[in-house]
Amino acid sequence: MYGKKVKLRILFLFLVLASIILSVYLILKSLEENVVYFLSPSEIKNLTEINSNKIRIGGMVKNKSIIIKSEEINFIITDFKNEINVSYSGSVPNLFAEGKGAVAEGYLKDRSYFNAVKILAKHDENYMPPEVKEAIGDK
Amino acid sequence: MLANQIGYYSLISGFFFSILIIPVSIKNFNNKNQIIDNKIFSISFFQFFFVLVSFFGLILSFVNSDFSNEAVFNNSHTTKPLFYKISGTWGNHEGSLLLWLLVLTLFIFIFLIKSTNQPKKYRILTLLFQQVIIIGFFLFLLKTSNPFNYLFPIPKEGLGLNPILQDPALAIHPPILYLGYVGSSIIFSSSLAAVVEKHISTVWAKHIKVWILVSWIFLTFGIMLGSIWAYYELGWGGFWFWDPVENVSLMPWFCLTALVHCILVLEKRLLLSSWTVILSIATFMLSMSGTFLVRSGILNSVHTFANDPERGIFILIFLFTLIFFSLAIFFIFHKENNQKIVEIYWLSKETSILFNNWFLMYFLSVVLIGTVYPIFLEVLSDEKISVGPPFYHKLIIPFLIPFLIFMSIGPNLNWIKSKVKKINIKIILSFLFSLLISLLILRKIGYVGLINTILILAAFYLFFITIKDFFLKKFKNYSQNFSHFGFSLLILSILFNSILSSEKITNLKVGEKFSFREETIIFESIESTENKNYKSIIGYFKIKDKQNNSIQLKPELRIYNQPIIITSEADIKTTLHYDKFLVMNLVKDNEYFNVRYQIKPFMIWIWISTVLIIIGGLLSLFKRLYEK
Repeated sequence: MYGKKVKLRILFLFLVLASIILSVYLILKSLEENVVYFLSPSEIKNLTEINSNKIRIGGMVKNKSIIIKSEEINFIITDFKNEINVSYSGSVPNLFAEGKGAVAEGYLKDRSYFNAVKILAKHDENYMPPEVKEAIGDK
Repeated sequence: MLANQIGYYSLISGFFFSILIIPVSIKNFNNKNQIIDNKIFSISFFQFFFVLVSFFGLILSFVNSDFSNEAVFNNSHTTKPLFYKISGTWGNHEGSLLLWLLVLTLFIFIFLIKSTNQPKKYRILTLLFQQVIIIGFFLFLLKTSNPFNYLFPIPKEGLGLNPILQDPALAIHPPILYLGYVGSSIIFSSSLAAVVEKHISTVWAKHIKVWILVSWIFLTFGIMLGSIWAYYELGWGGFWFWDPVENVSLMPWFCLTALVHCILVLEKRLLLSSWTVILSIATFMLSMSGTFLVRSGILNSVHTFANDPERGIFILIFLFTLIFFSLAIFFIFHKENNQKIVEIYWLSKETSILFNNWFLMYFLSVVLIGTVYPIFLEVLSDEKISVGPPFYHKLIIPFLIPFLIFMSIGPNLNWIKSKVKKINIKIILSFLFSLLISLLILRKIGYVGLINTILILAAFYLFFITIKDFFLKKFKNYSQNFSHFGFSLLILSILFNSILSSEKITNLKVGEKFSFREETIIFESIESTENKNYKSIIGYFKIKDKQNNSIQLKPELRIYNQPIIITSEADIKTTLHYDKFLVMNLVKDNEYFNVRYQIKPFMIWIWISTVLIIIGGLLSLFKRLYEK
């Protein structure tokens, strides 16, 4: 027979392994449900189906497209090939302006209409989120 | 000019001394003598001294706005207030690494003079391991991020410091955080030295506990400062966003907190020695990776200003070398103390600490995977994703329940073996009491979901148990009581804060008003003033409640001159009961202001409870220091 100490070791190892497997499973599963994908307006145009997952879109805010009402802001995000209408009610970051890059998080209504729930802050006049830079090419 | 030269050459001299330590201490190591050569103390002191001079040189360059220095040019401006000129020294990549180095050399010097009751060979080995890290940082500084790079022709004006960093909390946040990070390097070196010298013992545990506590206190305080800053400066009205950069400071904190607990087991029972060493290695590696992830530009985040692949590769290679060697040392030298058969029972303090560590490691892996998974996915498949708060909330909140329960029961168990009989009437009474309180509160605020309900109950349970222990056990374990009590309060205030917070976001012109719940918010006027390095627009808002009591809030917009950046300064009215938070943003070329008004209950209690947690650590530290 194995000694008490060995038995304890085996039990301990078993518990550790089991808990590692369990937590990895939990983490991966909920990762699958909770990630937010980033798409450019052109990628949205090419989507085969619209699902109800939260996504992020990014590009330039089109010139003369911001319309402000007291409860809502509407604007167009473009990557110079395709564009998408965004409607948003919430707080906007200070550097949000026409002709500047922006990233919005929210839900697609259809291929050209987006309901944003958050506009992500940028912190510097010259800073452009890497995703946006890529989405609009090297302009 | 001169300060710059002095800074540079004194950095080189420091490097010279840090190399010199190695042969001298190897010679001393092989000596039969039982005391450390005085030469080592002096060389170590000079190493620290020259880095300190170099750091002062850099501060002077910043104060004098010496734009012949590249780091000053990139991060400072003549119109900046003196305070932010000084704090700009470590507000950038080069300066912050010099600060890392300064703390590294300071800590090893303190370690040498404070560890006289430890064996000589162990002390010298710790010094040697620490020197490896120090030399790595010297090379990194001199090769890829020299803070004293010379610019010619000398520019007339600097580029300025990012205005969101021009803030008192953020001026001291990096140094405090670094003290915590770098403290973990001493734990790392000394546990490797202890493994090699087979010095892992009760004596060692007692001695290293001081370092663990010091790092833990600084790290906790540093994270708290960052969080307070994010609350009032970023204008999103939250205090934790699961931003990768925040996560990166939280990960070593989980490790260090696990270490604070398992070092107790090592001290009292001489168990878990391998685990302690692994945790020590992991803590420091996470601190290093933190610096790497933040500074390499991999993380797309608030803090990413530097973006230089060469730096990233250097730190990455350095990091992997350290991981490889430390694990190699661990596997080659580590032997468990197998002489005596140790009994482990399920119902004992050590088992509950093991459970506590298990949960902390689980939280750590959740945060780790959530932070690095998007990076890997982008490298491997070019898909861009982000992992938001729901991921963390879903995986962490439910597991806080058993965590809290173990936190309440664990400290009441005995070492080695406890009897079930110990679960006595007082514990049951505390449970009933917390059940009653939770029910009363839920009646008032309505149903909040099953998990939240149980969580509130569990947090209240910990709350009452720690109060009971504090008074009934004659302050025997007051440091633990303080921290655990603080933690229960933290969970409760975060919970009620997130459940009861309410906000209204609207676009407003001057003179307009809006109503929210039972209050009317009137945008009365704006006023603009010129300041030294920014122009400010102050909005005057009056908030009237039903009884016609009114308060005034004055959020501010600052338009900085260099670089041209607009920041919002929220105005917050804090009471013990709730915070009223008002922030306005500018929509460019438009008469509308984007206004966000929030009522955040128990906000101040989040900070108070964090301070309580830190006080617990401080008490434990003082207790340890006075025991000697």
